Amino acid sequence: MRNTIDERGGDTARQLEGGPRMPVNLNGVPAPLDDADPHTNALDWLRSRGLTGAKEGCAEGECGACSVLVRRPSGNRSTWTAINACLIPALSLDGQDVVTSEGLGTPDDLHPVQQEMAVRGGSQCGYCTPGFVCSMAAEYYREDRHADPAPAAGDDGEHGPNGFDLHALSGNLCRCTGYRPIRDAAYALDSPAADDEFAARQAEPTPPAVATRVTAAGAEFVRPQSLGEAVKLLGETPDAQLVAGATDWGVSVNLMRARAPRLIAIDRLAELRGLTVGDQVVTIGAALTLSEIERGLDGRIPLLAKLFPQFASRLIRNGATLGGNLGTGSPIGDSPPVLLALEAEVVLTGQNGERAVPLADYFTGYRQSVRAADEIITALRVPLPLAPHTAFHKIAKRRFDDISSVAVAFAIDIEDGVVSRAAIGLGGVAATPLRARTTEAALVGAPWTAETVQTAARTLAAEGTPMADHRASSDYRRAMLATSLPKFFAQFEQEETAR
Amino acid sequence: MSNLSQRPANPVVGQAIPHEAASLHVTGRALYTDDLVQRTRDVLHAWPVQSPHAHAHVTGLRLDDALATPGVVRVLTADDVPGVNDAGVKHDEPLFPTEAMYVGHAICWVLAETLEAARAGAAAVEVDYAPLPALVTVREAIAAGSFQGAQPTLERGDIEAGFDSATMVFSGEFEFKGQEHFYLETHCALALVDENQQIFVQSSTQHPSETQEIVAHVLGLASHEVTVQCLRMGGGFGGKEMQPHGLAAIAALGATLTGRPVRLRLNRTLDMTMTGKRHGFHSDWRVAFDDDNRLVALDTTITADGGWSLDLSEPVLARALCHIENSYYIPNVRVNGRIAKSNKTSQTAFRGFGGPQGMAVIEDILGRCAPLLGIDAAELRHRNLYQKDQETPYGQPVEQADRLHRAWGQLTESGDLERRRAEIAEFNRTHSDRKRALAITPVKFGISFNLTAFNQGGALVLIYKDGSVLINHGGTEMGQGLHTKMLQVAATALGVPLSTVRLAPTRTDKVPNTSATAASSGADLNGGAVKNACEQLRERLATVASQHFGVHPSDVRIEAGRVSAIGSNADPLAWTDLVQRAYFQRVQLSAAGYYRTEGLHWDSAAMRGCPFKYFAHGVAATEVEVDGFTGAYRTRRVDIVHDVGDSLSPLVDIGQIEGGFVQGAGWLTLEELVWDESDRPTRGRLQTQAASTYKLPSFSEMPPDFRVALLEQAEEEGAVYGSKAVGEPPLMLAFSVREALRQAAAEFGRPGTSVPLAMPATPEAVFWAIEAARTGAFGDDLLVGETTLPPQPPADAPHMHPESERLAADAGV
Repeated sequence: MRNTIDERGGDTARQLEGGPRMPVNLNGVPAPLDDADPHTNALDWLRSRGLTGAKEGCAEGECGACSVLVRRPSGNRSTWTAINACLIPALSLDGQDVVTSEGLGTPDDLHPVQQEMAVRGGSQCGYCTPGFVCSMAAEYYREDRHADPAPAAGDDGEHGPNGFDLHALSGNLCRCTGYRPIRDAAYALDSPAADDEFAARQAEPTPPAVATRVTAAGAEFVRPQSLGEAVKLLGETPDAQLVAGATDWGVSVNLMRARAPRLIAIDRLAELRGLTVGDQVVTIGAALTLSEIERGLDGRIPLLAKLFPQFASRLIRNGATLGGNLGTGSPIGDSPPVLLALEAEVVLTGQNGERAVPLADYFTGYRQSVRAADEIITALRVPLPLAPHTAFHKIAKRRFDDISSVAVAFAIDIEDGVVSRAAIGLGGVAATPLRARTTEAALVGAPWTAETVQTAARTLAAEGTPMADHRASSDYRRAMLATSLPKFFAQFEQEETAR
Repeated sequence: MSNLSQRPANPVVGQAIPHEAASLHVTGRALYTDDLVQRTRDVLHAWPVQSPHAHAHVTGLRLDDALATPGVVRVLTADDVPGVNDAGVKHDEPLFPTEAMYVGHAICWVLAETLEAARAGAAAVEVDYAPLPALVTVREAIAAGSFQGAQPTLERGDIEAGFDSATMVFSGEFEFKGQEHFYLETHCALALVDENQQIFVQSSTQHPSETQEIVAHVLGLASHEVTVQCLRMGGGFGGKEMQPHGLAAIAALGATLTGRPVRLRLNRTLDMTMTGKRHGFHSDWRVAFDDDNRLVALDTTITADGGWSLDLSEPVLARALCHIENSYYIPNVRVNGRIAKSNKTSQTAFRGFGGPQGMAVIEDILGRCAPLLGIDAAELRHRNLYQKDQETPYGQPVEQADRLHRAWGQLTESGDLERRRAEIAEFNRTHSDRKRALAITPVKFGISFNLTAFNQGGALVLIYKDGSVLINHGGTEMGQGLHTKMLQVAATALGVPLSTVRLAPTRTDKVPNTSATAASSGADLNGGAVKNACEQLRERLATVASQHFGVHPSDVRIEAGRVSAIGSNADPLAWTDLVQRAYFQRVQLSAAGYYRTEGLHWDSAAMRGCPFKYFAHGVAATEVEVDGFTGAYRTRRVDIVHDVGDSLSPLVDIGQIEGGFVQGAGWLTLEELVWDESDRPTRGRLQTQAASTYKLPSFSEMPPDFRVALLEQAEEEGAVYGSKAVGEPPLMLAFSVREALRQAAAEFGRPGTSVPLAMPATPEAVFWAIEAARTGAFGDDLLVGETTLPPQPPADAPHMHPESERLAADAGV
């Protein structure tokens, strides 16, 4: 495909609809988005304005050098949220508040985060530093930071005495320091001062989403105001790209030069942002970010709580959605194994209305699903009651922010020493995420003993068709299937003993 | 004590101050090369056309569609080169090749109004290839006899007598991978023809002088027509020592031909697929121990996987040979070195520069052999440490071997190793699924370029009439804190507060003929030069002051910007007043400084001499915990005692030690370059070519308990203000991580189990090591009690004789 070329100054080709676009409130100054095309990412737009703090290190949301702060909704208030600027369309910032490292402080008047980073040796080459500063500032302003219990002896070392969660920096890479001085800077942070302007802004709601519609450089960016409108737009252009957190869109645009003819921004659609805990079911809006779900559920679904810290990085979780993770249909996404073990349903809405599909029936092939071209994933439903014993085993080279070579999620119930219910979700061992049905059948009705586990482990090792790639050999993947059940059993025994 | 190492009272060196640009870093205002694009008008953007083949003749090139692509201005090809079509110093790196030598090799470059247009234009270039057989692995290259450059041998003692006298012998084979630099800032150059018709290139380069030379020879110009500036780099680690030159030349060629500024920035994918990395190595080895478990002989042939061109492979190999024994005395040694030529990126300098690869061989040998000798690995290492004045295999005395022993002792105590070993044993006794281990490893790393001529540095120091000082030196800043140290050196040597001194970006029109900022030598060489320039100025100013105070110049004191005299009751002079007086007395207020490292000699053909000014030493102890179900592991605690001499800048030095350690741990345990070795059309492709697939250490790899101490009483005679180089040596402290993982894996087997461990020791590799320990399989390659002779070089193997050394010889040096 010959791609369209950005011809600067060719504003005649640019069509603006949906009323005047709102400028971005960028470091407190209105910044027009006039020169951004639908496929211009926010990082390139920021840099085109002469801002140098946000930088491109990887262009795929792995290094965090492009991290900036966006004020995102949090109930009736808002929260400074760090995101990867390289991954989102600049136009998705329409009317929003954005702060970069330049806006946080100046060399003569450093922000507290900048001050700690500077004096403790938190920067060497300095290239990753503005990104770290933004990620750290977001955690600095997290309003329940101090509510986190102080780390007990033998703590995992990932929470500071000031409540700072080190996972806030899990999406930022530094090649120089070895991280220790950055951690020390984070753990030395006090609370924001009483007159801190950024803290004060969190009491305000975010600006409303703008009905943006821009056509330029051969593509269109549109932010519909309702689900109905979104479905209609998608129906008109089946090869349109839905974007919420855009964490996958950004990678394909930056590295693969993907250029969809139409982008439909669905991240602010109220219909996709509900979170309700009922008697029978927990319903999770498909456009909620993983961070929002994590905060909203607050541990009420323990298996999801185990998933979140292992899912990519905080920067990604601040954008990524369950709808997106299922929509891309990757066999190595981390949420499908967990949602399979939770026996979740996918809610799809199209021009012909809404339907619910068990996730186990959702995937049909490599990045293929039953979702019709005009359908949008609107919600996930997790049935209650939950199985009481769960685990999520992610096998990867690196503990923070890696893609799994194998992922296994367990949800089982044991009554009188006998397995009464078992759901096991697998990732990375076939063209799609899948349920380990044979293993589940072998477990249900059997006594929960080492012998049963040993037998079932052999069954589990035979599920799927793991292959070899740059992440792992097929032998290792197979071996990880084989050891996952014994590992779960050992953890179970340990917890029971501790109880 | 030499004048060079002596510190005045209350020196600015030695103060723990933040990086000189820290407040610019944290506010996003520190500028890197690509940040200049928005400040430059009418910039064109460059994008390469890359070979999809690992090896192929380029038989046709059609540009019509590319040139018809909207926004495309020009396509640069070999026909456009007015000078030499070569990007290196060995004349084996054609800038525009007719033979694609690896997947990703740039065939030609498209210039366009926007990056988007340049990418589209590159996609529209049609290239015809005639594929050729490709060698992708080092083993394939060895089997095919595909070598390049010298095949040196480093030999001492009588190798056969050593083996004959031994109590225990082993032999084996060890292959390990390279490492991607992954500086956060990818390669970038911005070139323009300036208002004086000078070619001006802003480049992210560790070696501005060589970038200048290559740009000049590609353009067919003299060096004085080309200026290269490096503002700062977002990391270098050796990856910007040789690799920036060709990219800068492309940008400069484009600027010359179009009359417009040209920006060439590699994105991460381009950077990883086009530029060189740390060399992977292969080693066949045999080793001998006496009845006291002392090393008596090591015989090994090591093969560096050089990739498609020679690049810096010869000096990398030389340093590997010179560090094969790490910190251990081995009386009888034979190390044969050779460089495989393979169809991969041109492997190059990377922090340690072959030293880590040499040491990897002996540390792997000791780690595997210790259990089979029935001795604790820590005891085996300790017993074989150099004793004072024992000589290295190339004949240089290890004068400070006592520092190795001191550091080892200090670490044993401060790290509470005895108690912790007992705790670990108890933990392992009570846990069957998880095991812990603690390993301790030493480092001895030679400081100086092996090639003697490179051991020189220059500086230009200017004092203005208002007393402010501007310093220029030949070194580049890549995050290592060189500029911070140079400011401290200048303030100390002049006797002024740090705020009086400012540092200008590194430029070839300020200090010429500089060496690369490499080999950890930046502070030694440029610090010597800055100090020399400042001392010339201080001497002149002292003479002016002596007349004012009526004393001998040697009685003048300049401290913290205050000028006084011993034996004079006159009020002190302010620095600015002294400078004013000097100006009106027509005293020159600028000076060029120069430094050359004394006492070096090296015969690279014989591989003998004293190539190093001194050795940097260190010892590290690492404790890990391994999960028996998956091979996943955590580093629990790291203790380091490291020798930086008398530190110039402790905050900077500790940062170098910690950062080097974690980077080394990344190489040894996590970072995995996977090349497509299959026979599919994608053969030779780097499969881990992105941050998502090539994992470098993140916060999860930071040792949660990380204790670094600088070795005390460590002043270095003969180096600037008693300091020592620090950039590279700490990287090699990370062997303690890999050895701890090996020992933890062994805990899953019977006592005394020897464990083979792949490198990098990823969770998968550790899992297989655990499986091997459980079954007692210590590796198919390992022979116990018998040996095989490593392959020996042919009689006519080429000696090491770098061109620069030949030129030096021709010049009568």
